[in-house]
Amino acid sequence: MAKKQLRRMDLIFANDDDYVEILQRTFKSSNEDIIDEMISSGLKGRGGAGFPTGLKWKLTAESTSKKKYVICNADEGEPGTFKDREILTQVPYKVLTGMAVCAKVTGATEGFIYLRGEYKFLVPLLEKELKRFRIICKDLGLDFKVNIFLGSGAYICGEESALMESMEGKRGEPRNKPPFPTDSGYMGKPTVINNVETLAHTFTIFKYGAEKFRDLGVQDSRGSKLFSVSGDTPNPGIYELELGMTVQDFVDDFSDGDCKAVQVGGASGFLVPRKRFNETAIGYQGKLTGISLPTGGSMMLFNSSRSMYNVLNNYLEFFQEESCGQCTPCRVGCQQLVRGIDAVKRGQKPAAYLDKLLKLTDTMKVTAKCGLGQSVANSFQSIVENFREEMIY
Amino acid sequence: MTDTQTLVKELVNKHGNRRESLLPILQGIITNNRYISEYAMMEIANELDISRSEVYGTATFYSFLDTKPKGKYVIRVCKTITCSMKGKNQILLALEDCLKIKLNETTPDKKFTILETNCLGWCHKAPAMLINDDVFTELTPEMVHQIIEDYKKKGIQEKA
Repeated sequence: MAKKQLRRMDLIFANDDDYVEILQRTFKSSNEDIIDEMISSGLKGRGGAGFPTGLKWKLTAESTSKKKYVICNADEGEPGTFKDREILTQVPYKVLTGMAVCAKVTGATEGFIYLRGEYKFLVPLLEKELKRFRIICKDLGLDFKVNIFLGSGAYICGEESALMESMEGKRGEPRNKPPFPTDSGYMGKPTVINNVETLAHTFTIFKYGAEKFRDLGVQDSRGSKLFSVSGDTPNPGIYELELGMTVQDFVDDFSDGDCKAVQVGGASGFLVPRKRFNETAIGYQGKLTGISLPTGGSMMLFNSSRSMYNVLNNYLEFFQEESCGQCTPCRVGCQQLVRGIDAVKRGQKPAAYLDKLLKLTDTMKVTAKCGLGQSVANSFQSIVENFREEMIY
Repeated sequence: MTDTQTLVKELVNKHGNRRESLLPILQGIITNNRYISEYAMMEIANELDISRSEVYGTATFYSFLDTKPKGKYVIRVCKTITCSMKGKNQILLALEDCLKIKLNETTPDKKFTILETNCLGWCHKAPAMLINDDVFTELTPEMVHQIIEDYKKKGIQEKA
Protein backbone atom coordinates (compact mmCIF):
# COMPACT_ATOMS: atom_id res chain seq x y z
CA MET A 1 0.00 0.00 0.00
CA ALA A 2 1.17 3.49 -0.81
CA LYS A 3 2.15 5.83 1.98
CA LYS A 4 -0.49 7.89 3.73
CA GLN A 5 -1.13 11.40 2.59
CA LEU A 6 -2.53 13.53 5.38
CA ARG A 7 -2.17 17.19 6.01
CA ARG A 8 -2.84 17.75 9.68
CA MET A 9 -4.97 20.52 11.09
CA ASP A 10 -4.64 18.67 13.47
CA LEU A 11 -6.93 17.40 16.16
CA ILE A 12 -8.38 14.11 15.09
CA PHE A 13 -5.19 12.40 13.96
CA ALA A 14 -2.98 13.93 16.65
CA ASN A 15 -1.53 11.01 18.51
CA ASP A 16 -2.74 11.72 22.04
CA ASP A 17 -1.35 8.97 24.19
CA ASP A 18 -2.99 10.43 27.30
CA TYR A 19 -6.38 8.95 26.65
CA VAL A 20 -6.50 6.90 29.83
CA GLU A 21 -5.89 10.08 31.78
CA ILE A 22 -8.62 11.89 29.89
CA LEU A 23 -11.04 9.07 30.52
CA GLN A 24 -10.22 9.15 34.24
CA ARG A 25 -10.68 12.90 34.38
CA THR A 26 -13.95 12.83 32.43
CA PHE A 27 -15.28 10.03 34.59
CA LYS A 28 -14.93 12.25 37.65
CA SER A 29 -17.48 14.73 36.25
CA SER A 30 -21.17 14.13 36.81
CA ASN A 31 -23.27 12.80 33.93
CA GLU A 32 -25.18 16.08 33.73
CA ASP A 33 -21.97 18.08 33.41
CA ILE A 34 -20.71 15.87 30.61
CA ILE A 35 -23.97 16.15 28.68
CA ASP A 36 -24.00 19.94 29.20
CA GLU A 37 -20.45 20.13 27.89
CA MET A 38 -21.39 18.06 24.86
CA ILE A 39 -24.44 20.19 24.09
CA SER A 40 -22.58 23.47 24.50
CA SER A 41 -19.78 22.29 22.23
CA GLY A 42 -22.28 22.37 19.36
CA LEU A 43 -20.99 19.06 17.98
CA LYS A 44 -23.29 17.68 15.32
CA GLY A 45 -23.32 14.19 13.83
CA ARG A 46 -20.55 13.87 11.25
CA GLY A 47 -22.21 11.12 9.25
CA GLY A 48 -24.00 13.72 7.15
CA ALA A 49 -27.39 14.28 8.79
CA GLY A 50 -26.00 16.59 11.47
CA PHE A 51 -28.14 15.79 14.51
CA PRO A 52 -26.76 17.39 17.72
CA THR A 53 -24.74 14.66 19.44
CA GLY A 54 -25.20 15.92 23.01
CA LEU A 55 -28.96 15.85 22.59
CA LYS A 56 -28.85 12.28 21.32
CA TRP A 57 -26.94 11.22 24.42
CA LYS A 58 -29.30 13.16 26.67
CA LEU A 59 -32.43 11.56 25.20
CA THR A 60 -30.99 8.09 25.69
CA ALA A 61 -29.78 8.91 29.20
CA GLU A 62 -33.30 10.02 30.15
CA SER A 63 -34.82 6.69 29.19
CA THR A 64 -35.52 4.38 32.13
CA SER A 65 -34.86 1.12 30.28
CA LYS A 66 -32.44 -1.23 32.02
CA LYS A 67 -30.74 -2.35 28.83
CA LYS A 68 -29.21 0.23 26.50
CA TYR A 69 -26.70 0.08 23.67
CA VAL A 70 -24.03 2.26 22.13
CA ILE A 71 -23.25 1.67 18.46
CA CYS A 72 -20.43 3.12 16.44
CA ASN A 73 -21.51 3.38 12.82
CA ALA A 74 -18.50 2.38 10.72
CA ASP A 75 -20.51 1.35 7.68
CA GLU A 76 -18.93 4.06 5.59
CA GLY A 77 -20.42 3.48 2.15
CA GLU A 78 -21.02 6.89 0.61
CA PRO A 79 -19.08 7.12 -2.66
CA GLY A 80 -16.06 9.34 -2.13
CA THR A 81 -15.88 8.87 1.65
CA PHE A 82 -12.99 7.08 3.32
CA LYS A 83 -12.20 9.10 6.48
CA ASP A 84 -13.71 6.62 8.96
CA ARG A 85 -11.35 3.90 7.83
CA GLU A 86 -8.41 6.19 8.47
CA ILE A 87 -9.68 7.14 11.95
CA LEU A 88 -10.11 3.50 12.88
CA THR A 89 -6.66 2.69 11.55
CA GLN A 90 -4.80 5.54 13.22
CA VAL A 91 -6.68 6.56 16.36
CA PRO A 92 -9.21 3.84 17.25
CA TYR A 93 -8.81 4.62 20.94
CA LYS A 94 -10.41 8.04 20.46
CA VAL A 95 -13.53 6.39 19.12
CA LEU A 96 -13.54 3.94 22.03
CA THR A 97 -13.09 6.80 24.51
CA GLY A 98 -16.21 8.43 23.09
CA MET A 99 -18.09 5.16 23.37
CA ALA A 100 -16.98 4.64 26.99
CA VAL A 101 -18.07 8.12 28.09
CA CYS A 102 -21.34 7.68 26.23
CA ALA A 103 -21.88 4.37 28.04
CA LYS A 104 -21.22 6.07 31.35
CA VAL A 105 -23.69 8.91 30.83
CA THR A 106 -26.43 6.82 29.26
CA GLY A 107 -26.01 3.68 31.36
CA ALA A 108 -25.42 1.43 28.37
CA THR A 109 -23.70 -1.87 29.09
CA GLU A 110 -23.05 -3.15 25.61
CA GLY A 111 -21.55 -1.57 22.53
CA PHE A 112 -20.86 -2.50 18.94
CA ILE A 113 -18.71 -1.24 16.13
CA TYR A 114 -20.65 -1.97 12.96
CA LEU A 115 -17.81 -2.28 10.46
CA ARG A 116 -18.55 -2.54 6.75
CA GLY A 117 -17.52 -5.85 5.18
CA GLU A 118 -15.18 -4.03 2.79
CA TYR A 119 -13.03 -3.08 5.81
CA LYS A 120 -12.75 -6.60 7.21
CA PHE A 121 -8.96 -6.32 7.05
CA LEU A 122 -9.19 -3.88 10.00
CA VAL A 123 -10.58 -6.52 12.35
CA PRO A 124 -7.26 -7.81 13.80
CA LEU A 125 -6.12 -4.26 14.51
CA LEU A 126 -9.40 -3.35 16.19
CA GLU A 127 -9.51 -6.57 18.22
CA LYS A 128 -6.10 -5.72 19.62
CA GLU A 129 -7.29 -2.26 20.60
CA LEU A 130 -10.47 -3.67 22.14
CA LYS A 131 -8.46 -6.01 24.30
CA ARG A 132 -6.61 -3.05 25.79
CA PHE A 133 -9.87 -1.14 26.10
CA ARG A 134 -11.54 -3.91 28.13
CA ILE A 135 -8.80 -3.70 30.74
CA ILE A 136 -9.13 0.09 30.91
CA CYS A 137 -12.90 -0.17 31.38
CA LYS A 138 -12.39 -2.67 34.17
CA ASP A 139 -9.95 -0.31 35.91
CA LEU A 140 -12.46 2.50 35.65
CA GLY A 141 -15.15 0.30 37.12
CA LEU A 142 -17.23 0.58 33.97
CA ASP A 143 -19.34 -2.42 33.00
CA PHE A 144 -19.20 -2.02 29.24
CA LYS A 145 -18.37 -4.55 26.53
CA VAL A 146 -17.67 -3.60 22.94
CA ASN A 147 -17.74 -6.07 20.07
CA ILE A 148 -17.28 -5.79 16.33
CA PHE A 149 -20.18 -6.59 14.04
CA LEU A 150 -19.30 -7.02 10.38
CA GLY A 151 -21.53 -5.85 7.55
CA SER A 152 -21.76 -7.67 4.26
CA GLY A 153 -21.73 -5.13 1.49
CA ALA A 154 -24.93 -3.11 1.68
CA TYR A 155 -24.80 0.69 1.41
CA ILE A 156 -28.25 1.05 2.97
CA CYS A 157 -27.00 -0.45 6.25
CA GLY A 158 -25.28 2.87 6.95
CA GLU A 159 -28.80 4.19 7.62
CA GLU A 160 -29.12 3.74 11.37
CA SER A 161 -32.34 1.75 11.53
CA ALA A 162 -31.32 -0.49 8.62
CA LEU A 163 -28.03 -1.08 10.43
CA MET A 164 -29.93 -2.27 13.49
CA GLU A 165 -32.17 -4.53 11.41
CA SER A 166 -29.04 -6.00 9.91
CA MET A 167 -27.53 -6.60 13.37
CA GLU A 168 -30.73 -8.41 14.33
CA GLY A 169 -30.11 -10.85 11.46
CA LYS A 170 -32.66 -9.39 9.08
CA ARG A 171 -32.63 -7.72 5.68
CA GLY A 172 -31.19 -4.25 5.97
CA GLU A 173 -34.45 -2.41 5.46
CA PRO A 174 -34.92 0.95 7.19
CA ARG A 175 -37.64 1.19 9.82
CA ASN A 176 -40.37 3.77 10.18
CA LYS A 177 -39.42 6.76 12.30
CA PRO A 178 -40.49 7.57 14.96
CA PRO A 179 -39.71 5.76 17.19
CA PHE A 180 -36.13 6.95 16.97
CA PRO A 181 -33.21 4.77 18.13
CA THR A 182 -32.92 6.85 21.31
CA ASP A 183 -36.28 5.29 22.32
CA SER A 184 -36.28 2.02 20.45
CA GLY A 185 -33.12 0.99 18.66
CA TYR A 186 -31.22 -2.29 18.57
CA MET A 187 -33.45 -5.09 19.93
CA GLY A 188 -36.07 -2.46 20.68
CA LYS A 189 -33.90 -0.90 23.40
CA PRO A 190 -32.72 2.73 23.64
CA THR A 191 -29.59 3.05 21.53
CA VAL A 192 -27.10 5.79 20.85
CA ILE A 193 -25.71 5.43 17.37
CA ASN A 194 -22.88 7.75 16.34
CA ASN A 195 -20.62 8.01 13.34
CA VAL A 196 -16.94 7.11 13.79
CA GLU A 197 -15.84 10.70 13.26
CA THR A 198 -18.42 12.10 15.71
CA LEU A 199 -17.06 9.83 18.44
CA ALA A 200 -13.51 10.84 17.60
CA HIS A 201 -14.51 14.51 17.93
CA THR A 202 -15.92 13.90 21.42
CA PHE A 203 -12.35 13.09 22.44
CA THR A 204 -11.27 16.60 21.41
CA ILE A 205 -14.09 18.03 23.53
CA PHE A 206 -13.11 15.99 26.58
CA LYS A 207 -9.49 16.90 26.17
CA TYR A 208 -9.63 20.61 25.38
CA GLY A 209 -13.13 21.51 26.55
CA ALA A 210 -16.21 22.60 24.68
CA GLU A 211 -14.99 26.16 24.32
CA LYS A 212 -11.98 25.38 22.21
CA PHE A 213 -14.13 23.20 20.00
CA ARG A 214 -16.68 25.99 19.59
CA ASP A 215 -13.93 28.38 18.55
CA LEU A 216 -13.51 26.43 15.37
CA GLY A 217 -15.96 26.85 12.55
CA VAL A 218 -18.76 29.37 12.18
CA GLN A 219 -22.24 29.97 13.59
CA ASP A 220 -24.21 26.74 13.43
CA SER A 221 -21.31 24.67 12.15
CA ARG A 222 -18.85 24.17 14.97
CA GLY A 223 -15.57 22.37 15.05
CA SER A 224 -13.42 20.88 12.36
CA LYS A 225 -14.40 18.23 9.89
CA LEU A 226 -12.57 15.56 7.99
CA PHE A 227 -12.83 15.80 4.25
CA SER A 228 -12.26 12.91 1.90
CA VAL A 229 -10.88 14.47 -1.26
CA SER A 230 -10.85 12.52 -4.51
CA GLY A 231 -11.39 12.83 -8.25
CA ASP A 232 -9.48 15.23 -10.48
CA THR A 233 -7.05 16.62 -7.96
CA PRO A 234 -3.28 16.33 -7.66
CA ASN A 235 -3.66 15.80 -3.90
CA PRO A 236 -6.31 13.22 -3.09
CA GLY A 237 -6.50 12.15 0.54
CA ILE A 238 -7.97 13.03 3.91
CA TYR A 239 -7.81 16.56 5.28
CA GLU A 240 -9.08 18.05 8.50
CA LEU A 241 -10.47 21.50 7.73
CA GLU A 242 -12.55 24.06 9.53
CA LEU A 243 -16.27 24.15 8.78
CA GLY A 244 -17.70 27.17 7.01
CA MET A 245 -15.26 27.50 4.10
CA THR A 246 -16.58 28.23 0.63
CA VAL A 247 -16.26 25.77 -2.22
CA GLN A 248 -14.05 28.35 -3.97
CA ASP A 249 -11.52 28.26 -1.09
CA PHE A 250 -11.53 24.52 -1.33
CA VAL A 251 -11.08 24.46 -5.09
CA ASP A 252 -8.20 26.97 -4.91
CA ASP A 253 -6.36 24.51 -2.70
CA PHE A 254 -7.19 21.23 -4.31
CA SER A 255 -8.16 21.63 -7.96
CA ASP A 256 -5.91 20.60 -10.84
CA GLY A 257 -6.59 24.06 -12.29
CA ASP A 258 -9.46 22.99 -14.50
CA CYS A 259 -12.23 22.19 -12.06
CA LYS A 260 -15.72 22.48 -13.52
CA ALA A 261 -17.76 21.08 -10.66
CA VAL A 262 -17.44 19.65 -7.15
CA GLN A 263 -19.67 16.95 -5.74
CA VAL A 264 -20.19 17.74 -2.07
CA GLY A 265 -21.43 14.94 0.17
CA GLY A 266 -21.03 11.99 -2.18
CA ALA A 267 -23.60 10.55 -4.55
CA SER A 268 -26.40 11.53 -2.18
CA GLY A 269 -25.07 15.08 -1.91
CA PHE A 270 -25.07 18.07 -4.24
CA LEU A 271 -23.09 18.99 -7.31
CA VAL A 272 -21.77 22.54 -7.20
CA PRO A 273 -20.97 24.00 -10.65
CA ARG A 274 -18.15 26.50 -11.16
CA LYS A 275 -20.45 29.54 -11.22
CA ARG A 276 -21.62 28.76 -7.68
CA PHE A 277 -18.23 28.08 -6.06
CA ASN A 278 -18.15 31.49 -4.42
CA GLU A 279 -21.62 31.55 -2.93
CA THR A 280 -21.64 28.01 -1.54
CA ALA A 281 -20.32 27.27 1.93
CA ILE A 282 -19.66 23.91 3.54
CA GLY A 283 -21.43 23.48 6.86
CA TYR A 284 -24.73 22.62 8.44
CA GLN A 285 -27.79 24.70 7.60
CA GLY A 286 -27.63 27.88 9.54
CA LYS A 287 -27.43 31.57 8.94
CA LEU A 288 -24.51 31.35 6.58
CA THR A 289 -24.81 33.73 3.68
CA GLY A 290 -25.64 32.13 0.39
CA ILE A 291 -26.12 28.41 0.10
CA SER A 292 -24.81 26.11 2.78
CA LEU A 293 -24.38 22.40 2.30
CA PRO A 294 -24.21 19.81 5.04
CA THR A 295 -21.82 17.02 4.27
CA GLY A 296 -20.44 13.71 5.40
CA GLY A 297 -17.13 15.03 4.12
CA SER A 298 -16.95 13.61 0.64
CA MET A 299 -15.51 16.07 -1.90
CA MET A 300 -15.12 14.86 -5.47
CA LEU A 301 -13.65 17.17 -8.07
CA PHE A 302 -14.45 16.91 -11.77
CA ASN A 303 -12.43 18.66 -14.45
CA SER A 304 -13.64 19.73 -17.85
CA SER A 305 -12.76 16.40 -19.47
CA ARG A 306 -15.54 14.64 -17.54
CA SER A 307 -18.99 14.03 -18.94
CA MET A 308 -21.56 14.94 -16.32
CA TYR A 309 -23.92 12.50 -18.00
CA ASN A 310 -21.54 9.65 -17.14
CA VAL A 311 -21.20 10.93 -13.60
CA LEU A 312 -24.96 11.06 -13.09
CA ASN A 313 -25.44 7.69 -14.73
CA ASN A 314 -22.85 6.18 -12.39
CA TYR A 315 -24.65 7.59 -9.33
CA LEU A 316 -28.04 6.42 -10.51
CA GLU A 317 -26.82 2.90 -11.19
CA PHE A 318 -25.34 2.94 -7.71
CA PHE A 319 -28.67 3.93 -6.16
CA GLN A 320 -30.59 1.47 -8.29
CA GLU A 321 -28.45 -1.37 -6.98
CA GLU A 322 -28.26 -0.21 -3.39
CA SER A 323 -31.95 0.64 -2.95
CA CYS A 324 -33.30 -1.91 -0.48
CA GLY A 325 -36.44 -2.24 -2.58
CA GLN A 326 -38.77 -1.87 0.34
CA CYS A 327 -40.67 1.23 -0.80
CA THR A 328 -41.93 1.81 -4.32
CA PRO A 329 -40.84 5.44 -4.88
CA CYS A 330 -37.20 4.50 -4.40
CA ARG A 331 -37.20 1.03 -5.99
CA VAL A 332 -39.08 2.01 -9.13
CA GLY A 333 -37.98 5.63 -9.12
CA CYS A 334 -34.28 4.78 -9.37
CA GLN A 335 -34.92 2.35 -12.22
CA GLN A 336 -36.96 4.91 -14.13
CA LEU A 337 -34.30 7.58 -13.71
CA VAL A 338 -31.58 5.32 -15.11
CA ARG A 339 -33.78 4.43 -18.09
CA GLY A 340 -35.03 7.97 -18.50
CA ILE A 341 -31.67 9.72 -18.90
CA ASP A 342 -30.56 6.93 -21.23
CA ALA A 343 -33.62 7.45 -23.42
CA VAL A 344 -33.03 11.22 -23.57
CA LYS A 345 -29.38 10.72 -24.45
CA ARG A 346 -30.29 8.32 -27.26
CA GLY A 347 -32.92 10.70 -28.58
CA GLN A 348 -35.75 8.27 -27.92
CA LYS A 349 -37.36 10.85 -25.67
CA PRO A 350 -37.49 14.63 -26.17
CA ALA A 351 -35.37 16.89 -24.00
CA ALA A 352 -38.51 18.02 -22.17
CA TYR A 353 -38.68 14.51 -20.71
CA LEU A 354 -35.96 15.63 -18.31
CA ASP A 355 -38.55 17.87 -16.65
CA LYS A 356 -40.75 14.85 -16.02
CA LEU A 357 -37.78 13.10 -14.43
CA LEU A 358 -37.11 16.14 -12.27
CA LYS A 359 -40.71 15.97 -11.10
CA LEU A 360 -40.25 12.29 -10.32
CA THR A 361 -37.29 13.11 -8.07
CA ASP A 362 -39.47 15.70 -6.30
CA THR A 363 -41.97 12.94 -5.62
CA MET A 364 -39.23 10.63 -4.37
CA LYS A 365 -38.03 13.35 -2.04
CA VAL A 366 -41.34 13.47 -0.21
CA THR A 367 -42.51 9.87 -0.49
CA ALA A 368 -39.42 7.66 -0.10
CA LYS A 369 -39.14 6.06 3.30
CA CYS A 370 -35.52 6.80 4.13
CA GLY A 371 -32.64 9.08 3.29
CA LEU A 372 -31.46 6.99 0.34
CA GLY A 373 -34.57 7.48 -1.78
CA GLN A 374 -35.06 11.05 -0.61
CA SER A 375 -31.55 12.15 -1.43
CA VAL A 376 -31.41 10.84 -5.00
CA ALA A 377 -33.09 14.14 -5.88
CA ASN A 378 -30.08 16.11 -4.57
CA SER A 379 -27.54 14.95 -7.10
CA PHE A 380 -30.07 14.44 -9.88
CA GLN A 381 -31.51 17.93 -9.70
CA SER A 382 -28.20 19.70 -9.19
CA ILE A 383 -26.62 17.92 -12.16
CA VAL A 384 -29.56 18.10 -14.57
CA GLU A 385 -30.29 21.75 -13.81
CA ASN A 386 -26.70 22.87 -14.19
CA PHE A 387 -25.55 20.61 -17.02
CA ARG A 388 -28.74 20.11 -18.98
CA GLU A 389 -27.01 20.31 -22.34
CA GLU A 390 -24.66 17.48 -21.39
CA MET A 391 -27.66 15.28 -20.61
CA ILE A 392 -29.17 15.86 -24.05
CA TYR A 393 -26.27 16.00 -26.53
CA MET B 1 -22.98 -35.63 9.22
CA THR B 2 -22.12 -33.83 6.00
CA ASP B 3 -19.40 -31.19 5.85
CA THR B 4 -21.98 -28.44 5.63
CA GLN B 5 -23.79 -29.71 8.70
CA THR B 6 -20.56 -29.82 10.66
CA LEU B 7 -19.65 -26.31 9.55
CA VAL B 8 -23.09 -24.92 10.46
CA LYS B 9 -22.92 -26.63 13.87
CA GLU B 10 -19.48 -25.16 14.50
CA LEU B 11 -20.61 -21.68 13.55
CA VAL B 12 -23.73 -21.92 15.70
CA ASN B 13 -21.61 -23.02 18.65
CA LYS B 14 -19.34 -20.04 18.08
CA HIS B 15 -21.93 -17.33 17.49
CA GLY B 16 -25.03 -18.67 19.27
CA ASN B 17 -28.40 -19.77 17.91
CA ARG B 18 -30.31 -16.53 18.21
CA ARG B 19 -31.60 -14.56 15.25
CA GLU B 20 -28.89 -11.93 15.85
CA SER B 21 -26.30 -14.60 15.08
CA LEU B 22 -27.60 -15.11 11.56
CA LEU B 23 -25.34 -12.64 9.78
CA PRO B 24 -22.09 -13.83 11.45
CA ILE B 25 -23.08 -17.44 10.65
CA LEU B 26 -23.74 -16.63 6.99
CA GLN B 27 -20.43 -14.75 6.84
CA GLY B 28 -18.70 -17.81 8.30
CA ILE B 29 -20.12 -19.99 5.53
CA ILE B 30 -18.82 -17.53 2.94
CA THR B 31 -15.33 -17.55 4.48
CA ASN B 32 -15.25 -21.34 4.22
CA ASN B 33 -17.21 -22.10 1.06
CA ARG B 34 -17.35 -18.76 -0.82
CA TYR B 35 -21.11 -19.22 -1.30
CA ILE B 36 -24.17 -20.23 0.67
CA SER B 37 -25.94 -23.25 -0.80
CA GLU B 38 -29.65 -23.88 -0.36
CA TYR B 39 -28.71 -26.87 1.74
CA ALA B 40 -26.64 -24.68 4.06
CA MET B 41 -29.56 -22.26 4.37
CA MET B 42 -31.85 -25.16 5.36
CA GLU B 43 -29.40 -26.34 7.98
CA ILE B 44 -29.06 -22.84 9.43
CA ALA B 45 -32.87 -22.46 9.53
CA ASN B 46 -33.11 -25.73 11.48
CA GLU B 47 -30.40 -24.72 13.92
CA LEU B 48 -31.85 -21.25 14.59
CA ASP B 49 -35.41 -22.55 14.51
CA ILE B 50 -36.60 -19.96 12.02
CA SER B 51 -38.24 -20.39 8.63
CA ARG B 52 -36.01 -21.16 5.64
CA SER B 53 -37.44 -18.22 3.78
CA GLU B 54 -36.20 -15.90 6.53
CA VAL B 55 -32.67 -17.20 6.05
CA TYR B 56 -33.01 -16.93 2.28
CA GLY B 57 -34.38 -13.40 2.59
CA THR B 58 -31.43 -12.23 4.66
CA ALA B 59 -28.80 -14.10 2.65
CA THR B 60 -29.94 -12.69 -0.69
CA PHE B 61 -30.09 -9.10 0.57
CA TYR B 62 -26.36 -8.59 1.04
CA SER B 63 -24.04 -8.30 -1.92
CA PHE B 64 -21.15 -10.10 -0.19
CA LEU B 65 -23.32 -13.10 0.71
CA ASP B 66 -23.27 -15.02 -2.56
CA THR B 67 -25.85 -17.73 -3.07
CA LYS B 68 -24.40 -19.08 -6.31
CA PRO B 69 -21.12 -21.02 -6.45
CA LYS B 70 -18.03 -18.81 -6.68
CA GLY B 71 -14.33 -19.40 -7.13
CA LYS B 72 -11.87 -19.74 -4.28
CA TYR B 73 -10.72 -16.17 -4.86
CA VAL B 74 -13.54 -13.72 -5.46
CA ILE B 75 -12.28 -10.56 -7.14
CA ARG B 76 -14.47 -7.48 -6.70
CA VAL B 77 -13.54 -4.48 -8.81
CA CYS B 78 -14.89 -1.14 -7.61
CA LYS B 79 -17.04 0.49 -10.28
CA THR B 80 -18.18 3.63 -8.47
CA ILE B 81 -17.45 7.07 -9.82
CA THR B 82 -13.82 7.77 -8.91
CA CYS B 83 -12.57 4.28 -9.76
CA SER B 84 -14.58 4.43 -12.94
CA MET B 85 -12.94 7.78 -13.82
CA LYS B 86 -9.47 6.47 -13.04
CA GLY B 87 -9.46 3.45 -15.30
CA LYS B 88 -11.63 0.71 -13.83
CA ASN B 89 -12.34 -0.61 -17.31
CA GLN B 90 -8.64 -1.22 -18.05
CA ILE B 91 -8.39 -3.13 -14.79
CA LEU B 92 -11.34 -5.30 -15.77
CA LEU B 93 -9.85 -5.93 -19.22
CA ALA B 94 -6.54 -6.91 -17.64
CA LEU B 95 -8.31 -9.35 -15.31
CA GLU B 96 -10.35 -10.84 -18.13
CA ASP B 97 -7.20 -11.18 -20.18
CA CYS B 98 -5.28 -12.87 -17.33
CA LEU B 99 -7.98 -15.29 -16.36
CA LYS B 100 -9.59 -15.84 -19.79
CA ILE B 101 -13.06 -15.31 -18.39
CA LYS B 102 -15.58 -12.46 -18.55
CA LEU B 103 -17.07 -10.35 -15.80
CA ASN B 104 -19.39 -12.39 -13.50
CA GLU B 105 -17.78 -15.68 -14.61
CA THR B 106 -15.71 -18.24 -12.71
CA THR B 107 -12.63 -19.97 -14.09
CA PRO B 108 -13.17 -23.67 -14.99
CA ASP B 109 -10.79 -24.72 -12.18
CA LYS B 110 -13.11 -22.88 -9.72
CA LYS B 111 -10.28 -20.70 -8.54
CA PHE B 112 -11.20 -17.15 -9.59
CA THR B 113 -14.44 -15.21 -10.00
CA ILE B 114 -14.56 -11.65 -11.36
CA LEU B 115 -17.28 -9.37 -10.03
CA GLU B 116 -17.95 -5.66 -9.88
CA THR B 117 -18.90 -3.96 -6.65
CA ASN B 118 -19.95 -0.55 -5.36
CA CYS B 119 -17.67 1.93 -3.60
CA LEU B 120 -14.93 0.23 -1.58
CA GLY B 121 -13.84 3.42 0.17
CA TRP B 122 -10.46 3.86 -1.59
CA CYS B 123 -11.45 6.74 -3.87
CA HIS B 124 -8.19 8.61 -3.18
CA LYS B 125 -6.23 5.58 -4.38
CA ALA B 126 -8.39 4.58 -7.31
CA PRO B 127 -8.78 2.20 -9.03
CA ALA B 128 -9.23 -0.40 -6.30
CA MET B 129 -10.28 -4.02 -5.97
CA LEU B 130 -10.78 -6.67 -3.32
CA ILE B 131 -9.64 -10.27 -3.56
CA ASN B 132 -11.63 -12.00 -0.83
CA ASP B 133 -10.78 -9.68 2.10
CA ASP B 134 -7.52 -8.23 0.76
CA VAL B 135 -7.43 -4.73 -0.69
CA PHE B 136 -5.42 -3.64 -3.75
CA THR B 137 -5.26 0.04 -4.67
CA GLU B 138 -3.81 2.39 -7.29
CA LEU B 139 -3.94 -0.47 -9.75
CA THR B 140 -2.45 -0.60 -13.20
CA PRO B 141 -2.94 -3.41 -15.74
CA GLU B 142 0.68 -4.52 -15.10
CA MET B 143 0.02 -4.78 -11.37
CA VAL B 144 -3.10 -6.81 -12.03
CA HIS B 145 -1.10 -9.36 -14.03
CA GLN B 146 1.45 -9.64 -11.22
CA ILE B 147 -1.20 -9.97 -8.49
CA ILE B 148 -3.04 -12.73 -10.36
CA GLU B 149 0.25 -14.58 -10.99
CA ASP B 150 0.95 -14.42 -7.24
CA TYR B 151 -2.47 -15.81 -6.41
CA LYS B 152 -2.05 -18.61 -8.94
CA LYS B 153 1.25 -19.58 -7.31
CA LYS B 154 -0.34 -19.36 -3.88
CA GLY B 155 -2.88 -21.97 -4.98
CA ILE B 156 -0.11 -24.36 -6.09
CA GLN B 157 1.82 -23.92 -2.84
CA GLU B 158 -1.27 -24.67 -0.78
CA LYS B 159 -1.82 -27.89 -2.70
CA ALA B 160 1.75 -29.10 -2.21
